[in-house]
Amino acid sequence: MDLNYSTTELAFQSEVQEFLADNLPNHIVSVVRAGDGLTKDMMDEWHSILKKKGWLAATWPKKFGGPGWTPVQKHIFEEEYCQAYAPRVVPFGVNMLGPVLHKFGTKEQQDTILPRILSGEDWWCQGYSEPGAGSDLASLKTQAERSGEYYIINGQKTWTTLGQYANKIFCLVRTSKEGKLQQGISFILVDLDTPGIEMRPIRLIEGGHEVNEVFFTDVRVPIANLVGEENKGWTIAKYLLSHERTGIAGVGFSMQALAEVKTIAATIKRGSKRLIDDPLFAARLAEVEIDLEAMKITNLRMLFRAQEQGSPGPETSILKIKGTVINQELRDLARRALGPLAAPFPGHFGESNILFGPPDTAFNAARYFNNRKASIFGGSNEIQRNILTKTMLEL
Amino acid sequence: MDFNLTEDRQMLSNTLTRYLAERYQIEHRNSIAYKAPFHDPSKWKEMAKLGIFSALVNEADGGFGGAGADIAVVFEALGHALSCEPALPLLMATRLLNAARQNQAALLEGTAHYAVAIAEPDAPYDLSDITAIASDDHCLSGRKTSVYGGNIADYFLVAARAGDHLNLYQVHATDAEVVPYGLIDGGGAAEVLFDNTKAKLLIENAQSSLKDALDAGTVALCSEAVGMMDVTYQITIDYLKQRKQFGRPIGSFQVLQHRAVDMLTEIEQSRSITIKAASELGGPNASRYASMAKNMIGRSARLVAEEAIQMHGGIAMTWEYAVSHYAKRLIMIDHQLGDTDFHLHRVMGMLNST
Repeated sequence: MDLNYSTTELAFQSEVQEFLADNLPNHIVSVVRAGDGLTKDMMDEWHSILKKKGWLAATWPKKFGGPGWTPVQKHIFEEEYCQAYAPRVVPFGVNMLGPVLHKFGTKEQQDTILPRILSGEDWWCQGYSEPGAGSDLASLKTQAERSGEYYIINGQKTWTTLGQYANKIFCLVRTSKEGKLQQGISFILVDLDTPGIEMRPIRLIEGGHEVNEVFFTDVRVPIANLVGEENKGWTIAKYLLSHERTGIAGVGFSMQALAEVKTIAATIKRGSKRLIDDPLFAARLAEVEIDLEAMKITNLRMLFRAQEQGSPGPETSILKIKGTVINQELRDLARRALGPLAAPFPGHFGESNILFGPPDTAFNAARYFNNRKASIFGGSNEIQRNILTKTMLEL
Repeated sequence: MDFNLTEDRQMLSNTLTRYLAERYQIEHRNSIAYKAPFHDPSKWKEMAKLGIFSALVNEADGGFGGAGADIAVVFEALGHALSCEPALPLLMATRLLNAARQNQAALLEGTAHYAVAIAEPDAPYDLSDITAIASDDHCLSGRKTSVYGGNIADYFLVAARAGDHLNLYQVHATDAEVVPYGLIDGGGAAEVLFDNTKAKLLIENAQSSLKDALDAGTVALCSEAVGMMDVTYQITIDYLKQRKQFGRPIGSFQVLQHRAVDMLTEIEQSRSITIKAASELGGPNASRYASMAKNMIGRSARLVAEEAIQMHGGIAMTWEYAVSHYAKRLIMIDHQLGDTDFHLHRVMGMLNST
């Protein structure tokens, strides 16, 4: 039992720290700190800095142009990354489609698509959920019918994150109505410029635009765009979900949130007393801090197991459930700590530069509302409990 | 980073677990836990011979362990078997005798019992509340409450005030008034009353030694709870698979499945924070992480105990069933060395320090 990093891991940690100190642009950090939305240009700028260093595709093996890190190295990278308030890498191309192509793609798909993900030429988004297929993803209806050398796609996808910036989408589509629902699904790559595709914004609860719905009307897609075999898309979808789970505990983001709550609570006054000295508030904060300290170790334990056994196990669902709940608790505390200062709708301050609370806290109510998504997306926390029931409890 | 046990600790864990599985089964435990002397003296001696107690002490003091991880391994196994042996007072006594540079041979051989007398009726958890008082010639007055293992102790290690100092004294059991009793969750304790009782001064200004003993004891209790939660959880899952109502196993009902998953989640979190607290024991942050662990254990142990009873529906309300006894201990552990709120207060007091 040794909770400390080895000397090589410590050396790697300093290398990451140095890189971030030297290369992470201040104007990007300040936007991340404030919890404001990053522009596409900022995301592209940061991606190209990471790309230059060879650290954009942190989860990729060496032979595909990744750094070939161990799970512990990936964890250290993530930890330092959050500590420095670096923006999240947009995951759809790098962390989702990339690993799928490594495992299921043809040589040609790997050779043509992977470099364009790394170079930023292609911006991918995800076409999974549909209005009638959320948690019950296998009931998806978007149809792809064979017609000569093409599939003709008709249907609707939704919750497509950052689709407004994308030029490509990977989709789960129905290619057969025979047998079990899961057996008629295929994984296909679609160019968003193809005629018949329409992308419409969905405005979220806090007012932001990050997700979209995508409509497909007689969209012709070459058969060569199929990944893996026809009707075997469900296997790919499941594989992708397991990859999506690296870093799912969001420990780094929760540590950011904890630091933020502490700063607010140490600054904000209730009469002559600092909020952090109010026993009721302090008790809630201490309890979440304890949960987060435990989560850090739970995360490391599962990481260690992944490293020993080669792949993360089903218990990563524990990380999803607990990690999102802790983060939501912290966002709730940050919002409440600000009291009436949290009430203004960001963006409605006009020309005034008046400050509401300590710096970088104006978006706290918005972040609280936005972050309610965390326990719903990526397999809702209820679905995670179903997964654990089957795999860990064997009920 | 390595979450595997070292070879030595794995052996220690296997030895103790095997011994308890063979010689300390739940029926036997329940047959001794609720009547005087509220433990099994012959098993106690066997455990001493196996070297279990020496694993709690470092080499310089005649043992071969003494680190947080050693304590965790031993107490998790004891918790697994729902042991009611006075291992906690033994552990705390080793820390205090070590600090006082006293010989621990009799303690580790299992031939002498020490009990640690800190808590008082009006000072249950916080050292600064202690009112027991020592005179200039080391005579003690006051009442110590729920002294675990006090019913069989040969010596008491007593925290008492002398002027501004909180000192540690040793008292012969025969010199004090001892009111022995059994505990609701099994095992024995005593009220210990001092009335100008002669004592030996072991440590002057014992605050930091007492804190260390309490931190070590807290890590031990948390580890014991993790062991007990594992068993309680497993029995409950098995029951969900076997028990049929409405023509199907009750484990097929999602309302119970999700609650069982929540038990698992909290147990894993508790295991994590206990590992952390054990690894920090003896260091500058020992008290902070011990408090974090004990607070979380207070919450999770109650959840696991109450949900286990609820999901069994009736059967775990009976004396006959093992879960009832695990549940009692899981609940009552919150009354030892600081409850959920006490430890939350301590963490609250350190919010600014990080």
